[in-house]
Amino acid sequence: MSLLEVDAINTYYGEAHALFDVSMRIEPHEVVALLGRNGAGKTTTLKTMMGVMAPKSGAILFNGLPIGGLPPYKIARLGLQFVPEERRIIGGLTVEENLVLAGLSEAKSWEPQRVYDMFPRLGERRRSRGRELSGGEQQMLAIARALVREPQLILLDEPFEGLAPLIVQDLLGVCRRLAEEGRTIVIVEQNVEAALSLAQRCYILNNGHVVYEGTPAELRGDPDFMHRHLGI
Amino acid sequence: MFNGLTLGALLVLVAMGLTIIFGALGVVNFAHGALYALGAYAGLVAYEYTGSFAAAMAAGAAFLLAVGIVIERGLIRLYYERPAEDQILATFGVAIVLVEGLRAIFGGLARNIPAPSWAAGIVNLRVTLYPTYRIDVLAIVGVSLVALYFILYRTRLGLIVRAGIEDQLMVNILGINVTRTFLTVFGLGAMAAGFAGVINAPIVTVSPDMGADVLVQSFVVIVIGGVGSFWGAVVGGLIAGEILSLVAMIEPAYSQVALFATMALVLILRPQGLFGVEGRQ
Ligand SMILES: Nc1ncnc2c1ncn2[C@@H]1O[C@H](COP(=O)(O)OP(=O)(O)OP(=O)(O)O)[C@@H](O)[C@H]1O
Ligand SMILES: [Mg+2]
Repeated sequence: MSLLEVDAINTYYGEAHALFDVSMRIEPHEVVALLGRNGAGKTTTLKTMMGVMAPKSGAILFNGLPIGGLPPYKIARLGLQFVPEERRIIGGLTVEENLVLAGLSEAKSWEPQRVYDMFPRLGERRRSRGRELSGGEQQMLAIARALVREPQLILLDEPFEGLAPLIVQDLLGVCRRLAEEGRTIVIVEQNVEAALSLAQRCYILNNGHVVYEGTPAELRGDPDFMHRHLGI
Repeated sequence: MFNGLTLGALLVLVAMGLTIIFGALGVVNFAHGALYALGAYAGLVAYEYTGSFAAAMAAGAAFLLAVGIVIERGLIRLYYERPAEDQILATFGVAIVLVEGLRAIFGGLARNIPAPSWAAGIVNLRVTLYPTYRIDVLAIVGVSLVALYFILYRTRLGLIVRAGIEDQLMVNILGINVTRTFLTVFGLGAMAAGFAGVINAPIVTVSPDMGADVLVQSFVVIVIGGVGSFWGAVVGGLIAGEILSLVAMIEPAYSQVALFATMALVLILRPQGLFGVEGRQ
C-alpha cells in the first residue's frame, strides 16, 4: 500500500478550477519532487493533501484512510506535515515556543534539545522571537517544527526560495540527511536541479494537470520536455 | 484619583475580555456589555439567595463562563468566516436578547448588591476618606488579572491562543484544533465580563442597561491601548478610568467627550494604539 494515494482530485479557488484530476502516489521512504512553472498548481496540490483546501471531487488516502476534506489538524495528527512556502513562523513566539507549540498535539514529539542538536544555530537563537530570525533561520525552524512531530510524510513547499546560495547549500544538506534517514518527503522547488538531486521520482504539473511522472534520470534524458514544462 | 483607579480597574477587566476575544477570534463582541450586565444579575440572584458576596462573585463568573460557552457553540462559531458586519449584527442581536430578557425577568428598575460586610466602611487614606470596598476592588481585579496573565502566558492554552492570534491556519496545520481553543477563550472573556459586573454592582446600580456605557468605554480602552494587547488593555483601562473620573469632578457632562478626545489623539499619534503591534491583520 502506498503511504499517500491521490486519486483524480479536483480543487477550486471559488469558481477557478486549479487542479484537474490530479493523481499521484507516494511510497514510504521516498523523496518525490513536484515540479512545474509558476501557477502550475504545486502549492494547491500540497494544500489539498494537508486539508488546507478541500478537493471538490476525487479521493486522498493516507495509509489507506480517506483524508480528503478533513481539517488540517486531523490530518496532521495522522502524520502528515506541511512546511508552507511562506514558512509561517509565529513571529511573536520564541524559537523554543514555536517548537513546543508544534509538539503539543503529538504524543511522541521531540524535545527542543533534539532540534538544537540537529540545528545548532536554532539552539543559539532559542530565546529569539520568530520575527527576529533571518530568512534562512526561519526556514530551518519551519523544517524543524515539522520534524518535531515525527511525521510520516513531510510536504516541503519551496524551502530554498529567496535564500542566499550558501544557505541553500546548508538546507540542501539538511534535506539530504532527512532523505538518508529514510523520511518520506514531497518537495516542491523552482530550483529544479536541487530537487532532482534529492528525489527518486518526480511529477510535473502544468496548468493543474499532471503531465509527467518518472525518475529524474528519465526526465534529464528528455531536454525538450524539460524545456517545455519547466522552462530550462 | 482613587475613584479613577477603581473605575479604571473595572474597565481593564471588561476590556480584557473584549480584547482577548477580538485578538484570538477576530470577533468584535458587541454582546460584551450585556454579558457584564448578566453577570451582575447572576450575582444579584446568588446574593439574594445566600446573602454572601463571595457566592455572588462565584455565581457571576461561573454562570457567565457557561453562557459564553453556549453562545460560542450556538452562534459565534458560525460567524468566524463571515464578514465583520455579520459578526457585529450577530453579537449585537445577542446583546438585545440578553438585555431585554433581563428586563422581562427583573423589570427595568435599578437594584443593588450591598458591599460585602468585610469591605463595608471607610478607610482613612490621610489625604482622603475612601470606601474600603473600592480598595478591595483593586485587589480583586489585580488578582484576576494576574490569573488571566498566567493563563495566557504560562500555559499550553495561552501558547495556543497567542499563536492563534497571529496565524490560525498554521496552528491548525500543527495539529491543534483551534476552534476548541476559541471556545475556551470566548468562555474566559465572558467570564471576565460577568465577574466585573458582580464586583461593580455595589458601586453602581444594577439595571438591564448597565452594560451600554461600559461597552463603549471598553472599546475606547482597547483602541487606546492597542487591540488584542494584554498590557494595552491594562494601561488603556487605567488611563480611561482617570480621565472619566477627573473630568467628571469638574463637569460630568464632558467626561465621555474627554475620553473620546483622548482616543482620537492616540489614534492620530499612534494609530495602532499604545501597545499595538503595527501591521497585524
Ligand atoms: N488564493 C487564490 N485564489 C485564486 N486563485 C489562486 C489562489 N492561489 C492560487 N491560485 C491560482 O491557482 C493556480 C495554481 O496556483 P498554485 O499556487 O498552486 O501554483 P504553484 O505551482 O504553487 O505556483 P508557484 O510556483 O508560483 O508557487 C494558479 O493559476 C493561481 O493563480
Ligand atoms: Mg507555490
